[in-house]
Amino acid sequence: MQILEVGVAGTMESSDIMVRIEPKDTEGIELTLESSVGQQYGPQIRRVILETLRSLGVTKAKVDAVDKGALDCAIEARVSVAAFRAARRDDYQWKTKGAEA
Amino acid sequence: MASFKFDEIPYLDKMSAVFGPFDPDCEALKKDTRTLNDKQREHNKVEPSIEAAIERSGLCDGKTISFHHHFRNGDFVVNMVLDTIARMGFRNLTVAASSLNEIHEPLIKHIQNGVVTHIETSGMRGKLADAVSQGLMDFPVIFRSHGGRAAAIETGELHIDVAFLGASTSDPYGNANGYSRESEDDGTSCGSLGYAKMDAMHADHCIIITDTIVPFPNAPFGIPESQVNSVVKVDKVGDANKIGSGATRFTTNPKELLIAQTASYVIENSGYFYNGFSMQMGSGGASLAVARYIRERMLEKNIKARFALGGITGQIVEMHEEGLIQRILDVQSFDKVAAQSLKNNRFHQQIDASYYASYLNRGAAVNQLDFVVLSAMEVDTDFNVNVLTGSNGVIRGAIGGHPDAAAGASMTVVVTPLMRGRIPCVLGRVNTIVTPGRTVDVVVTDQGTAVNPNRPELLERFRKAGCIELVSIEELKDRAERLCGKPAPNDYDDKIVGLSLYRDNTVIDVIRKVKA
Repeated sequence: MQILEVGVAGTMESSDIMVRIEPKDTEGIELTLESSVGQQYGPQIRRVILETLRSLGVTKAKVDAVDKGALDCAIEARVSVAAFRAARRDDYQWKTKGAEA
Repeated sequence: MASFKFDEIPYLDKMSAVFGPFDPDCEALKKDTRTLNDKQREHNKVEPSIEAAIERSGLCDGKTISFHHHFRNGDFVVNMVLDTIARMGFRNLTVAASSLNEIHEPLIKHIQNGVVTHIETSGMRGKLADAVSQGLMDFPVIFRSHGGRAAAIETGELHIDVAFLGASTSDPYGNANGYSRESEDDGTSCGSLGYAKMDAMHADHCIIITDTIVPFPNAPFGIPESQVNSVVKVDKVGDANKIGSGATRFTTNPKELLIAQTASYVIENSGYFYNGFSMQMGSGGASLAVARYIRERMLEKNIKARFALGGITGQIVEMHEEGLIQRILDVQSFDKVAAQSLKNNRFHQQIDASYYASYLNRGAAVNQLDFVVLSAMEVDTDFNVNVLTGSNGVIRGAIGGHPDAAAGASMTVVVTPLMRGRIPCVLGRVNTIVTPGRTVDVVVTDQGTAVNPNRPELLERFRKAGCIELVSIEELKDRAERLCGKPAPNDYDDKIVGLSLYRDNTVIDVIRKVKA
């Protein structure tokens, strides 16, 4: 998935995460994370963000995330939506986790 | 004049407080013939400034000074007094406050300058708490429960040299109140002076600081003049808006309402909900909201409470005024409605911290509780509760009366969401133990209710009731962990920055320095 423009998803509400994805010329993901639970969950949140991008095939992007204690499922959802918007795509494949397996 | 010889009195040497023969020319016979108005204006306990009152108190380096927290986060007294004390050049003082709040951030500089070297309190919040957690003080902060503090003061083990007690009103002789009887304008009213009463009773020297001097006698009074050495009038003792809201707002948070409703089912089916029961509701959205559901059940079943105890809110007052609660015992008024009620309702009684919760006091009101509903920041699988440090290990709360009420009540219900944001509230082990699990009977969360295995009869009653989703405390912990993930452990230094004391003043846990 190629990032073409700035894509944003999420809010600054408690239990949500605001994700901003923008194009980057060079290979790799440049991630900045600010989190209200960074001390306890920082590495875990980074892992979920990077893992979600990888599964979408995003390899070049600059990502800014401001987390207010979102659960992993919310982080995954917000990152996906931001990436689809930034890639100008709306062909999201809806499926449940169970169906995937 | 005398028809006797003083020396003929037998056993004179065995009598005490007998000071020799009467002297017809003694000072005491010179009558003061001024009017009441002139007397209270010209011959009173009022000192012109805090500085003058401090000088009169004989305060010196290394002594213990005390404060109360009835003005909550609107308190000006602690900062005002400590600024004066610092200016006067005192050092190495112990501050023994009933609690400290965000507004007391300036204490940091007084600690850095060596004016204050020791702190005793129930809790701490904001920048001061952050700084203490980061190792600001050499001597650990001693955190006591309200009952533990009362006991330590009663026995003299926490000896207060000079108490600086803010009051909404006082007369020129020190009869002090947390409200005004003279006017409807209750600007800085805080209601009960329950924690301050301990200090007034036992301090060597007691200074009342007020912004409103009313004519003698300011009766009924929270603190009597017999315990007061001087009175100082200042511009403002506090910020009315931060001292307390008009009425504590009912939570509209659906999660908290669900918890409160479940807690009311727990109470209703516990065996402790009968005509003449007693209760306490702790602070915090869910625990306050329980009162609303309890009220409905009481009306439905035509049940009345003998008394409500504790931090008193407008909801408790409403129930009192509609006849559902016969007596209110008020150590601390949580809002203006409660403060007004203390002033206006005959059976809304102000009590001191020892009456409330001292473990040395067999009649302590907490011991007469059928049930109490208390909030928690964290609960663990041993039912231990933390209300003092946050999930990151930093001090951000207060012990309050938590362990006192939990120990005293026949049934202790702790209410907490299973998680706050991503932070699990039911854990394998709380960060800081404040209330030991042995005294906690039921934990109600939005995702299930757990009963302490040492109360099988309660579990049985709840099971029969059928309307409560019962789970084990371990299941709650596992569920929270599954949803949130396992939090990384906090990074602590070895240095001990605070002690968490149980209500009998034994050390139940320590608070360590967090790595910056």
